[in-house]
Amino acid sequence: MIGWTTLLLLMSAATPILFAALGEAIAERSGVLNLGVEGMMITGALAGFAAAHATGSPLAGFVAGAAAGAAISLIFGVLTQYLLTNQVATGLALTMFGLGLTAMFGRPYEGVKAPSMPGGPLGVNWAIWLGLALVPLTWFVLNRTRRGLILRGVGENHDAAHALGYKVRLVRLVAIAIGGAMAGIGGAYVSIATVLQWTEGMTAGAGWIALAIVVFAGWSPWGVLAGAWLFGGVAVLQLRLQAAGVAVPVQLLSMAPYLATIVVLVIISARQKYRGRGSAAPGSLGRPFHATR
Amino acid sequence: MNRRTLLASAAALALMAMLPPLPARAQGTPIPEGEKLKVGFIYVGPVGDGGWSYQHDLGRKAIEAHFGDRIETSYIENVPEGADAERALTQLALAGNKLIFATSFGFMDAVINTAAKFPDVKFEHATGYKRAENVATYDARFYEGRAVMGTIAGMMTKTNKIGFIGSFPIPEVMQGINSTFIHARKVNPDVELKVVWAYTWFDPAKEADAASALLAEGVDVILQHTDSTAPLAKLQEKGGIGFGQASDMAAFKPTPRVSAIIDNWEPYYIKRVGEVLDGTWASHGVWLGIKDGEVGIGEITEAVPAEVKEAAEAVRDQIAGGYHPFTGPLNKQDGSAWLAEGQTPTDEELASMDFFVEGITAQIPR
Repeated sequence: MIGWTTLLLLMSAATPILFAALGEAIAERSGVLNLGVEGMMITGALAGFAAAHATGSPLAGFVAGAAAGAAISLIFGVLTQYLLTNQVATGLALTMFGLGLTAMFGRPYEGVKAPSMPGGPLGVNWAIWLGLALVPLTWFVLNRTRRGLILRGVGENHDAAHALGYKVRLVRLVAIAIGGAMAGIGGAYVSIATVLQWTEGMTAGAGWIALAIVVFAGWSPWGVLAGAWLFGGVAVLQLRLQAAGVAVPVQLLSMAPYLATIVVLVIISARQKYRGRGSAAPGSLGRPFHATR
Repeated sequence: MNRRTLLASAAALALMAMLPPLPARAQGTPIPEGEKLKVGFIYVGPVGDGGWSYQHDLGRKAIEAHFGDRIETSYIENVPEGADAERALTQLALAGNKLIFATSFGFMDAVINTAAKFPDVKFEHATGYKRAENVATYDARFYEGRAVMGTIAGMMTKTNKIGFIGSFPIPEVMQGINSTFIHARKVNPDVELKVVWAYTWFDPAKEADAASALLAEGVDVILQHTDSTAPLAKLQEKGGIGFGQASDMAAFKPTPRVSAIIDNWEPYYIKRVGEVLDGTWASHGVWLGIKDGEVGIGEITEAVPAEVKEAAEAVRDQIAGGYHPFTGPLNKQDGSAWLAEGQTPTDEELASMDFFVEGITAQIPR
């Protein structure tokens, strides 16, 4: 019963949150807490769908989704990095802005069909492969390259990074844009590959799950993959078990990812207490940076 | 929605059955010409869902067109069921709306609470059963439409497996599943019904995943009791047929959408607004169906063979002529007797339905 089709469904359900959570992890590692993931995803979903519909090419859709996600994230970037607005409030505003904006511009696309998504190796479409490939790539860039080290340095202690001559605001702006682009791809995946149409509010909270997964993952790309598969997997598995007529307590299964999150958080804090290791969260996360201080 | 609310609803219904019926009481006085009546709506999803909320919004537009500048309407969309609904309702009441339509089952307690705080505002709650002097309920007999869809599904399936995407195990959805199954079995004794509960009214990605899960089980006809068109889009991609739910969903004609259940709220909304305007509005609970025109059957497309279309239309016409989709002999899932030969259930019994009929193998989540 838990065969290849189920695994395929699982990977497909996990892909949008994988993209969005990876992007958010990058932004947070640079010290920026962007709560606008849902807004960036829905923007990517609409822009991606519109482009795919106009050109007939899903690839163009994903590119447009990434561009739109990055563009809307830069509004957040400029507001928080240059005008020093509160990151939490600005992020929430970005979500509401994205939902409202797409509801308005999405009207002409209601009831319109998407071009079909080409299959890839092993019947898995290439967007899923791309998501999987980005996990080791993100890990490598963050942990094994100079650019990654700078990004993490900015996130851990922006004053020190600034004193060393690194452009804190520029690094963060780039990280925000990458996060926005990836959330946009995640959103485009929902409209182009999962639902195959545009519907207002269609991401239905996936952005918030992505935010939770970043914490669950301890800000590590591999943890993000595990989290996305756990959350996506449980969602799909319970639907599959129901369809197969297996009597499973649906509520218990739906609860599982959240229980796992609590367990992981307890383990993380216990590790801090007994091994004296610092929190996994970047030191400057969510703190505004101003060079004169 | 869980068993506790189901039990509570059953208890409330039992209590209501014991009480003498509320005398219909006219409320208020006519609204003079030149004074505007403000009418508010809350929707559980976006008006662009292409289904349930979209259809209620068509009703709102219909009253605007009908009454012109005598009324003014506004709506709040994407209102979550539960405590937040009370905030949205209060906001509408404070904004001067004197008639408020709350269009989802889960708004029930929020409506009752808000209505107690604003006795001069009239509330209309869709698909609920709790009423007050200023709270009326209205509902449509969706299960009548399901009987027609079930007939088509039973005749069209090649794998003898029909799938049903349920939202929550509440009576409205249970009626639909049972009616579908009874009428599919009538035309195809080998048919099997698989049920997946999505636990949401509106989540396109999840609805699409639910459709995929059913297709992976060999289902080739899918019915849905959720609000978006995502399952139809999935059927279009992977093959199989489905039906418009709540709205015509004509964009998916001629296939995968081969017919539809259309909720037509317009006549009811026009009638009730008119009653508030001339001061004759009174609380009531109504439940209208195919013969009243509130439940419509969307065009049966050419993707369906002529004899299937004929059979489906015959069921529709029988229901309009007085046939009850739940006519005995019928047993419950556990084999115990429910309706004797020729017997039909009372509306109270239907409104608290919390079981599957015999032959359905799926389990109701507890």
